[in-house]
Amino acid sequence: MTDVPMVHADHIVKSYGTHEVLKDISVTVKRGEVACLIGPSGSGKSTFLRCINHLEAINGGRLSVDGDLIGYRQRGDKLYEMSPSEVSKQRADIGMVFQSFNLFPHMTVLENIIEAPTRVKGIKKADAVATAYELLERVGLAHKAKVYPAHLSGGQQQRIAIARALAMSPKLMLFDEPTSALDPELVGEVLDVMKGLAESGMTMIVVTHEIGFAREVGDSLFFMDGGVIVESGDPRDVLNNPKHQRTQSFLSKVL
Amino acid sequence: MDPATEPIKAVKLRHPIRTALAVVILLLVVLFVWDAATREAYQWPLVGQYLLDRRISQAALITLALTIFAMVLAIVMGLLLAVMRLSDNPVLKAVSWAYLWLFRGTPVYVQLVFWGLLGTIYRSVSVGVPFTDIEFFTVSPFEAIDLFWLAVLGLAFNEAAYMAEIVRGGILSVPRGQDEAARALGMSWRQTMLRIVVPQSMRVIIPPTGNEVISMLKTTSLVTALGFSLELYARTRAISAQIYATVPLLIVASIWYLLVTSILMVGQHYLEKYYGRGVAPQRAPETDPVETGSVATVAGTPETGDSNTVPPPKREHQ
Ligand SMILES: Nc1ncnc2c1ncn2[C@@H]1O[C@H](COP(=O)(O)OP(=O)(O)OP(=O)(O)O)[C@@H](O)[C@H]1O
Ligand SMILES: [Mg+2]
Repeated sequence: MTDVPMVHADHIVKSYGTHEVLKDISVTVKRGEVACLIGPSGSGKSTFLRCINHLEAINGGRLSVDGDLIGYRQRGDKLYEMSPSEVSKQRADIGMVFQSFNLFPHMTVLENIIEAPTRVKGIKKADAVATAYELLERVGLAHKAKVYPAHLSGGQQQRIAIARALAMSPKLMLFDEPTSALDPELVGEVLDVMKGLAESGMTMIVVTHEIGFAREVGDSLFFMDGGVIVESGDPRDVLNNPKHQRTQSFLSKVL
Repeated sequence: MDPATEPIKAVKLRHPIRTALAVVILLLVVLFVWDAATREAYQWPLVGQYLLDRRISQAALITLALTIFAMVLAIVMGLLLAVMRLSDNPVLKAVSWAYLWLFRGTPVYVQLVFWGLLGTIYRSVSVGVPFTDIEFFTVSPFEAIDLFWLAVLGLAFNEAAYMAEIVRGGILSVPRGQDEAARALGMSWRQTMLRIVVPQSMRVIIPPTGNEVISMLKTTSLVTALGFSLELYARTRAISAQIYATVPLLIVASIWYLLVTSILMVGQHYLEKYYGRGVAPQRAPETDPVETGSVATVAGTPETGDSNTVPPPKREHQ
């Protein structure tokens, strides 16, 4: 069981109408690994992440998380669409953190965190609250439990968003440019939380422009451009000696 | 003390035009009131006599009840219609669209007359297998319905079409990221709607809904169209016909309408405040960010325990 990769994307194709956004993407992320995804704007990074938790349906290829196909069920050689409730169940095990935080503004920090555990997983409120405080402690914001998101800085909001995702005890965390909307002095606090998470053994896929983070924390690095993975490998190798010309020119711009 | 934090003492700016305008308007009002108070046609003694008449205060209560029941039903139906319109299901979409087309495309007065005639149009309805003689039972659906409830239905069905548009606008005002975040957490479409999207849309929905309530209060005066005559307007008309005095009873009705409207406005204010929570900072952000470290500012924000709290909240950006 443990040799089943956490994420196995096999020749993924995704198009919007006639516009093919992902062309034959194959990515494997092992359990406990941190995979970083870099690439220019519009290359399809967000789309790929959204396919992993079936916020977007793929048009071709096979995508599985922890050995289970996402969004479909295979019987024989036929694929059957899953029902919405089955898809929701799969999503509950995959945490996602967005560039724009997307905290629920009408709920306090604590309510944000316990919402899904209590409503989706049916965890008792008292237990969910206890877990929420542990997570808040972990992201260093226990004193903000009763505050509404609008009162928090961007960095704090993003740390809460991470805690909210962790409250579902996901087996996989997806980060879509988690620090891109932050003022430079707030980036560090979020990256620190993510580093801690990686050290605790969480499997993570991180779309990021923080090359330093990829170098230090990443186990693998994928460079995407125009809907294809141009180059991949150990982050230190790819970043120090990019083989592909497109990778070289992209890195020369962000470094 | 630092000169920057010293309170400003300055001569207030004068507004001569404002003052002049106020004086003119005040004068006009006084003149009008003076004239009205002494004018025979208003028959003020009758106004005083009927203002607190039991029949009229009861009618006002019935008007209020019509308004509330019709609005509650209209809001529920409007919510349903809006959600149908926004769902992926083409059948539900079409039904919602057709409903709006029908009920917004015809005058409410005409609709109310139709509601009044339903009892004659559908004297009896038989449930059976079509095109055969098989019949399970026959009912007279509209005979049993009290005119009051028929009026509520008539008003609500019309209003639901307008509420649907208001609710739809509210739902569309919620950033897409909210819906995405909820679904990514494994919440179902229903949970996402009920717990995340609809509560946030309330902030946008409530102000126009308040207007609809007030408008509904006044629309109740049309329900005579279906034969209901116990609400405020019909009641005052009936009394004025008895005593041959139109103007004083119109004044009485207006005073009651104004009174009820005012009460509703107070309710609206508190609802808006409740659903505005978490949107604008409850405490106004102090003029200086905490980082300045000025003693006055820190003392002014006792809840701020964390020095990296940056005051201007970042709004959603996609
Ligand atoms: N819902 C959609 N409908 C149509 N086209 C879309 C949709 N979402 C994304 N696209 C297109 O797909 C392409 C890839 O978008 P995507 O958001 O995945 O890029 P990205 O690599 O995340 O870029 P960025 O760095 O700007 O976030 C873009 O050309 C975009 O215009
Ligand atoms: Mg993106």
